[in-house]
Amino acid sequence: MELKLALAQTASHLGDVQANLEKHLEFIKQARSQKADLILFPELSLTGYVLQDLVPTVARRVDENDPVFKPLFKASQDLDIVVGFVDEDARHRFYIASVYLSGGKALHIHHKVYLPTYGLFDEGRFFAPGDAVRAFDTRFGRAGILICEDFWHASPPYLLWLDGADLLYLCSASPGRGLNDKEKLESARWVERVTKAYASMFTSFVAHSNRVGYEDGLNFWGGAVVYDPNGELMQQGPYFQEALTVVPLDLNQLHRTRTRLPLLRDERAGLVQTELARILQNKGSRA
Amino acid sequence: MKLELAINTDLARTILTGFIRSEVRRVGFERVVIGLSGGIDSALVCVLAAEALGADNVFALRLPYQSSSPDSLEHAQLIIDQFKVRSETLDITPMVDPYFAHEGGISRERKGNIMARARMIVLYDYSYAHKSLVIGTSNKTEILLGYTTLWGDMASAINPIGDLYKTQVFQLSRALNIPELIINKPPSADLWIGQTDEGELGFTYSEVDKLLLLLVDGRYRPEECVTAGFDEKFVQTVVTRIRRNQFKRMMPLIAKLSNRTVGYDFLYLRDWGT
Repeated sequence: MELKLALAQTASHLGDVQANLEKHLEFIKQARSQKADLILFPELSLTGYVLQDLVPTVARRVDENDPVFKPLFKASQDLDIVVGFVDEDARHRFYIASVYLSGGKALHIHHKVYLPTYGLFDEGRFFAPGDAVRAFDTRFGRAGILICEDFWHASPPYLLWLDGADLLYLCSASPGRGLNDKEKLESARWVERVTKAYASMFTSFVAHSNRVGYEDGLNFWGGAVVYDPNGELMQQGPYFQEALTVVPLDLNQLHRTRTRLPLLRDERAGLVQTELARILQNKGSRA
Repeated sequence: MKLELAINTDLARTILTGFIRSEVRRVGFERVVIGLSGGIDSALVCVLAAEALGADNVFALRLPYQSSSPDSLEHAQLIIDQFKVRSETLDITPMVDPYFAHEGGISRERKGNIMARARMIVLYDYSYAHKSLVIGTSNKTEILLGYTTLWGDMASAINPIGDLYKTQVFQLSRALNIPELIINKPPSADLWIGQTDEGELGFTYSEVDKLLLLLVDGRYRPEECVTAGFDEKFVQTVVTRIRRNQFKRMMPLIAKLSNRTVGYDFLYLRDWGT
């Protein structure tokens, strides 16, 4: 079985949801013309990233009658879509979220679990953290979504793996930083290293979609990637430019890789549970 | 991890030209105006802007005072000729001399500040008259040390080189083919005859950049910098300078009274809505 995956690396208008929606529809049209099955947009692709006090004004509920989501639901009839937005729950808490739309339905919403509040980041000030890491079923197999800082921590990808995800969709708005004499920024090298490691350790497909453009002095570096279950880079989008990178995934590679390397079969989740329970119970624990 | 000042100049060039394009155009401008002093910082910014926006969209203003070194004007002209940017020259002497005369016995530091602010006035007037954004030329070293004139050379709409140490400005300038003559001369604000940055600061850029890299980027404690081989007094001088000049890096303090106050809890990027 094949999944033709389209990685969209877009630049957003900060706080202008309508303008961003129009760009999404253009990219979706492009992806459709290239016969893509799924298009993956970056973190907060509908809103922009450093929202601060704009958070409550750009927040939405995923609803097929919502004027922003309506055209996206419609577009998802023949092409699965993952978009980033600000989700406002019934009690008016705001989340950094990505939704998976397919066949005119929302299959899954992930709320970012880890909100960085260090260095240049201040997400915890404006957003509520999600409290679930769940895999979900799609027409291409079981998948999981994580947003940026979520996969700087090892546990969310691990949990998704145990929950059955063979396809890991990672969405970022990663500000470029750490210029030195290397060919790539430190932030880009770090993300590429860990995403490759997840594909290798979890013998899964890992796709990363990262935005481009600028917000004030911050740059976003793009460079979307897909790694196969052997941890090999399949394709990479350009750095610093808007692009749509379309990659056909041969999903049967999961069968071949896991036959050779049965890390999933041999994984001892029960042992993890036992030890984790002990560590968390231990008063002297550092966890 | 060993900290190094060396940068990948291709990457810096890509990010900085993209920054200029994005941040100029998204607010509805096409052009920039820059005070081209003949020194390396403004030369570098001018070349980056020309690459980002096209040479035709860069206005380089030479703004000499009567005591300015003729070399400064010539070196600015080298950049104008080589990179084909548009240019004008305006002598600020008639702007500032009457004030100097009125005040009488004015120190060279005061004169220097007034000249820097007079240049700011011309640049901002030009900005309005020619619908072009003022592009800044302060580097990270001078911003951290406060070796600038508040609302003078610090004033700009966007600054592409504010996160590059002077040592890195040299490196990037070489990569962008800025004439060696400009790169190799002793850095100077040229506010009075014989002034040099390193003479006035009391240390070299090469020394202080290595220290700043540890203190600021590496988050070393001052005593760890001493252990790393820096002179204790030098470290103390630099640490104090950074702290005492924080005011130059900030907007004026607003006294908080209401529940929502500009600068504290009225938080929007400048790119809001664009």
